[in-house]
Amino acid sequence: MSDYIIQLNNISKVFEDGFVALDNLNLSIKKNEFLTLLGPSGCGKTTTLRIIGGFEMPTEGEIVFQGQKINDLPPHKRKVNTVFQKYALFTHLNVFDNVAFGLKISKTPKNEIKERVREMLNLVNLQGFEKRQVESLSGGQQQRVAIARALVNRPEVLLLDEPLGALDLKMRKDMQIELKKMQEKLGITFIYVTHDQEEALSMSDSIVILNEGIVQQIDTPINIYNEPKNAFVADFIGESNIIDGTMLQDKLVHFCNKDIPCIDTGFAKNEKVDVVIRPEDIDIKNLSDAQWTGKVTSVIFKGVHYDITVESSDGFVWLLQNTDRQYEGDTIGMSVDPDDIHIMKKVIDL
Amino acid sequence: MSKSLKKAYLWLIILFLYAPILVLMVLSFNDSRSRATWGGFTFRWYIELFKDRDILLALYYTLAIGLLSSVIATIIGTFAAIGIFGYKKLSYSLVKNISYIPVINADIVTGVSLMLMFVFLGINQGFFTLLLAHITFNIPYIIFSVLPKLHQMDIHVYEAALDLGANPFMSIIKVVIPEIRPGIITGFLLAFTLSIDDFVISFFTSGPGVTNLSIEIYSMARRGINPKINALSTLMFVVVMALLLIVNKRSASNTEKKVRRDI
Ligand SMILES: Nc1ncnc2c1ncn2[C@@H]1O[C@H](COP(=O)(O)OP(=O)(O)O)[C@@H](O)[C@H]1O
Ligand SMILES: [Mg+2]
Repeated sequence: MSDYIIQLNNISKVFEDGFVALDNLNLSIKKNEFLTLLGPSGCGKTTTLRIIGGFEMPTEGEIVFQGQKINDLPPHKRKVNTVFQKYALFTHLNVFDNVAFGLKISKTPKNEIKERVREMLNLVNLQGFEKRQVESLSGGQQQRVAIARALVNRPEVLLLDEPLGALDLKMRKDMQIELKKMQEKLGITFIYVTHDQEEALSMSDSIVILNEGIVQQIDTPINIYNEPKNAFVADFIGESNIIDGTMLQDKLVHFCNKDIPCIDTGFAKNEKVDVVIRPEDIDIKNLSDAQWTGKVTSVIFKGVHYDITVESSDGFVWLLQNTDRQYEGDTIGMSVDPDDIHIMKKVIDL
Repeated sequence: MSKSLKKAYLWLIILFLYAPILVLMVLSFNDSRSRATWGGFTFRWYIELFKDRDILLALYYTLAIGLLSSVIATIIGTFAAIGIFGYKKLSYSLVKNISYIPVINADIVTGVSLMLMFVFLGINQGFFTLLLAHITFNIPYIIFSVLPKLHQMDIHVYEAALDLGANPFMSIIKVVIPEIRPGIITGFLLAFTLSIDDFVISFFTSGPGVTNLSIEIYSMARRGINPKINALSTLMFVVVMALLLIVNKRSASNTEKKVRRDI
């Protein structure tokens, strides 16, 4: 049939209060894929996971699991497990019993439960914690109990809702690597929710960018970064200069009072467009060779590079990233290669 | 000056409130049938208490009704609370208020209406009707001990249990109930206390041959002065007081825990 493990077809979710959380969402997830739902807070990521987990009914559309429609299947019968946003550990049980919960429900033999829980606790680096109460654990340890509790059941699909959100930066980085390793080793499909674009870019096979319940782009991390489909994606993934422009003809765009060569084709003559330029793609040039000139208004050291803000005499503000230091008050020249200019259709606001 | 006045006022009130009980307690150890003279210290009335077959029978009924009614009310009330909690917000406050009415209703009204209902249904009054009455008036107290615990609980633990393959009933038994256990135990203790303490409702709903301790005290008092009444009342006061102290302490430590978690 299809090689997709989960398909969401035309899913919409309208809450009782009339709020539209998801609007005609289409998504196909391959087996063993690490797929990330990425978007700002409130864009519908958790709602999407809850629909897959069975905790929320879609208002419209169908959920297909291994070729079968599962809209009416209750959560406890779905072959997915969830790592909840705030862990949702059972505080009346110790670590061992938390992890063993699913196996006991499925009446797994005692010896096997012991073996699998032990294996799982090794995997998440919590050997020796069996008898501990979950409330006595640190955030990172509770997090790992939650992951072990879900993974021990060997689900086809693991849903993770901002699992690293409560951890500090160092721990988050470590856990990102751990999670990715686990996913590859166990061969389980991960559907991962985050609002952290760096996390999404570094872990995922594919990324779904959501905004206000609408899918903006589904693609690999590299394509999302290099070829954002619209200004929202470009802005959300890293910083960008987004400038109003007009397409004069194929491969020629007018913006910032200049006609600039680019590589995009297929727009209508004089169509209004968004021009997106990454800060690191703006080259600093001699004043005579430059496409634009402007005055440096701020320089901030960011470790590897400098964030440089430049204001041109006709009022445009540019963000540049460059490893060479510039000085406030200097006038510099700027140019952009044609293939670093991304032309995007305007998102029509209704 | 005004401070010591305030203090004196407070002590006066406390004296006023507790003097009758104090007198009762002192008299229960008085080795004289008269209430006016002190005949020396004795445990005589307490010993006689436990030789009196009527009183022992009433004690048996009190404990049996107390335990049975509070266990049954705890089971019914806990599931009722979970049901109320599961309602969507719209009907939640309505249901909550409707089940609160029996709590603020005057005991005499509850007692008389229950009696009328039993008469209407043609049920002979006795142990069974007394038990039913106690279950009825205890259920709201269970609900109101359990509901706050449900609100404190992380709702996602229920979903986590479903997620791990437990059906809704199993999830409630294995996860929700253990999570709200402190509220259930508090409710149970409160129900047991109210049951052994109750006179008015029991008076209207029990039948011939079935009396609990408070009804027994009432009828003994009507038959004439008997120092055993003092001993029995003292014992009931001490037991009920102790139970209420435990309940209060539990509720206090529960809210304390909640506050700590909220920080
Ligand atoms: N039960 C509900 N009733 C009404 N609105 C809801 C409900 N649950 C979530 N929402 C709204 O739906 C939107 C998407 O929520 P959610 O999926 O949790 O976002 P996020 O992407 O941050 O996880 C939010 O604006 C939220 O307020
Ligand atoms: Mg969320």
